[in-house]
Amino acid sequence: MKDNIEGRKLVDQMDVKFETRDVQVFYGETHAIKDVSVDILDKTVTSFIGPSGCGKSTFLRALNRMNDTIPGCRVEGSLTLDGEDIYDPKVDPVQLRAKVGMVFQKPNPFPKSIYDNIAYGPRIHGLARNKAELDEIVEMSLRRGALWDEVKDRLQEPGTGLSGGQQQRLCIARSVATAPEVLLMDEPCSALDPIATAQVEELIDELKQNFSVVIVTHSMQQAARVSQKTAFFHLGYLVEYGDTDTIFTNPTDPRTESYITGRIG
Amino acid sequence: MTDMPHSNGADGIARDSHGGKSLLAVDARTRKRNASEARFRLLGKIAVAIGVLALVGLLASILSSGLSSFRQTYIDIEVYLDPAKLDKEGNRDRAQISKVSTFGYKPLIEQGFMEAIEKSGVSLDGISEKEVAEMLSKEAPAQVRNFVLADVERIGQTAPFEVLAGGRIDGYFKGRVTMESAERDRNVSPAQLELADRLREAGVVKVRFNWDFFTAPDASDTRPEAAGLGVAIIGSAYMMLIVLVLSLPLGVAASIYLEEFAPQNRFTDLIEVNISNLAAVPSIVFGILGLAIFINFAGLPQSAPVVGGLVLTLMTLPTIIIATRASLKSVPPSIREAALGVGASKMQTVFHHVLPLAMPGILTGTIIGLAQALGETAPLLLIGMVAFVREYPAGPPEGFFDPAAALPVQVYNWTQRGDPAFVERASGAIIVLLVFLVVMNIAAILLRRRFERRW
Repeated sequence: MKDNIEGRKLVDQMDVKFETRDVQVFYGETHAIKDVSVDILDKTVTSFIGPSGCGKSTFLRALNRMNDTIPGCRVEGSLTLDGEDIYDPKVDPVQLRAKVGMVFQKPNPFPKSIYDNIAYGPRIHGLARNKAELDEIVEMSLRRGALWDEVKDRLQEPGTGLSGGQQQRLCIARSVATAPEVLLMDEPCSALDPIATAQVEELIDELKQNFSVVIVTHSMQQAARVSQKTAFFHLGYLVEYGDTDTIFTNPTDPRTESYITGRIG
Repeated sequence: MTDMPHSNGADGIARDSHGGKSLLAVDARTRKRNASEARFRLLGKIAVAIGVLALVGLLASILSSGLSSFRQTYIDIEVYLDPAKLDKEGNRDRAQISKVSTFGYKPLIEQGFMEAIEKSGVSLDGISEKEVAEMLSKEAPAQVRNFVLADVERIGQTAPFEVLAGGRIDGYFKGRVTMESAERDRNVSPAQLELADRLREAGVVKVRFNWDFFTAPDASDTRPEAAGLGVAIIGSAYMMLIVLVLSLPLGVAASIYLEEFAPQNRFTDLIEVNISNLAAVPSIVFGILGLAIFINFAGLPQSAPVVGGLVLTLMTLPTIIIATRASLKSVPPSIREAALGVGASKMQTVFHHVLPLAMPGILTGTIIGLAQALGETAPLLLIGMVAFVREYPAGPPEGFFDPAAALPVQVYNWTQRGDPAFVERASGAIIVLLVFLVVMNIAAILLRRRFERRW
């Protein structure tokens, strides 16, 4: 109870970006997410941790309706972004995804030039009125992706020719380019080596000044390093949600404790 | 773990000092596995060898009997275009002149041939003038007549002509007709062949590259030397154009819809199964369908490239749809997710990212489908493209409705004829068809290389 009150206070101080209440996700007959209620804050890094198959990625994909593309997937409950129901029939998921960007587990640059990778989103959303503005967006996004200095001389080279870590930062820069409000990251470092991981983590830390970042990770150290809030999922339930420090040092639920000490998972 | 106990040395397997199997000795099980692998490799090599042998045999037989059709025997003569015979009125009226049939030209050409022999100084060696005249192709008067009708003002002049030699004379220079066969042949005598030899030495008769084979229309049974592929090539080209223009957009649109947009339900499953079934339907069935629907019901003309093109489109569509769907499926889902993730719509995702990546596969499938359609014969027989057509179809698009032949049907047609010279023509037509197919396949490979991108 004490934690709840503290959490409530924090919520009052900072803007809530996503408010979810009693969210259920079904894949056909499978009930993948059960009664999840979470408030995701603006300008904060929130990490979702939990063993494989616990539903953390599913929940993340529910936040920008990427699950819509999976046949037989059904989402119930209330999910609001800035107070607007994102599953309202009037909402076009395309518009939602421009607001809620996503970075995937495996770096997936388009097989186009670095420039076109970044410029694609702004182009289809009409964010630039002319070439100069587009150039500016590309440069700013690549700077935010901490990639500008490495690629500024070879913007016309294919994005697929970059190293794995650079590709992932390119994907992050690509997501940033559409000026989203929330950035969802689905295990963004699982395909990267430790050095590239450190670079991406540093980047995430910088991104939180402008965005609300939600990151799914298997690495508890990573969650502890980059996030301010942590949610622990287990078997489709949200077991515990709170400040990262509290979750890792003084968890309330015995299951959380078992997981972070390595007894379940 | 291991299939033999370690301690047992009675099986004769060498042991190292630690009691395990030595790496230097191959045990029975490994030997057996290696032997079976060697057997499989041998089988594979035999299979490849049989395939290569069959291909080499096929090509050798076609090339040996067909290459000679690209060369043709011609006779150089000068013909006096006698106004007394060709233009009795003397008013150069084309309508009047066109009433003179090839029979009217025949004596003029025979006279020209005799003069050419005289001029070259070759002795006739007792051959009658009638026999000499028989050495000319029956097509020769038509050649001269066409020349005169093209420009009636030439009447009264003496014009040089390169007229076709008769099929037997041509066959003699290509090795098909020999002195022995000429003894038994009513159409040619050894004396005529000897004269042809002397004339060739004198330069009156010559063998040169046969451009007419690609441009001339088909010819009747008695003049194989004049038969060409012109109408067939135009007909096939028209049909390929129709097939390409209709089946590529239809096939690609259908596949994109089925693969990316259509809901997964019983109905789309049924459509999918039926598309696969259509690809396996015998082509002659498509011919019957074309006859019933396009000719009998829709009233389109017989023997027309438009009907052939429509029938072949129906045949090619399943091939293109299957190839396109396979290449759309092979585009990694991560690309679709990436595009959706930056807020692209479904349509933008497909047209900006998925389709360009699937392009090499789509193009390859299309060209292979076209190549199949180009070589298809059976359905064309049913819609009347087997007819004997000497008139060139008009230019597109009106020409789509004119009667025409097609390359494979022309091959079929020529193999039905009695004169052995048509065997050479048919083989030559097969070579032309094969060259087209090879060119198309090379184009498919080049396009695939050109568009191939890694991701």
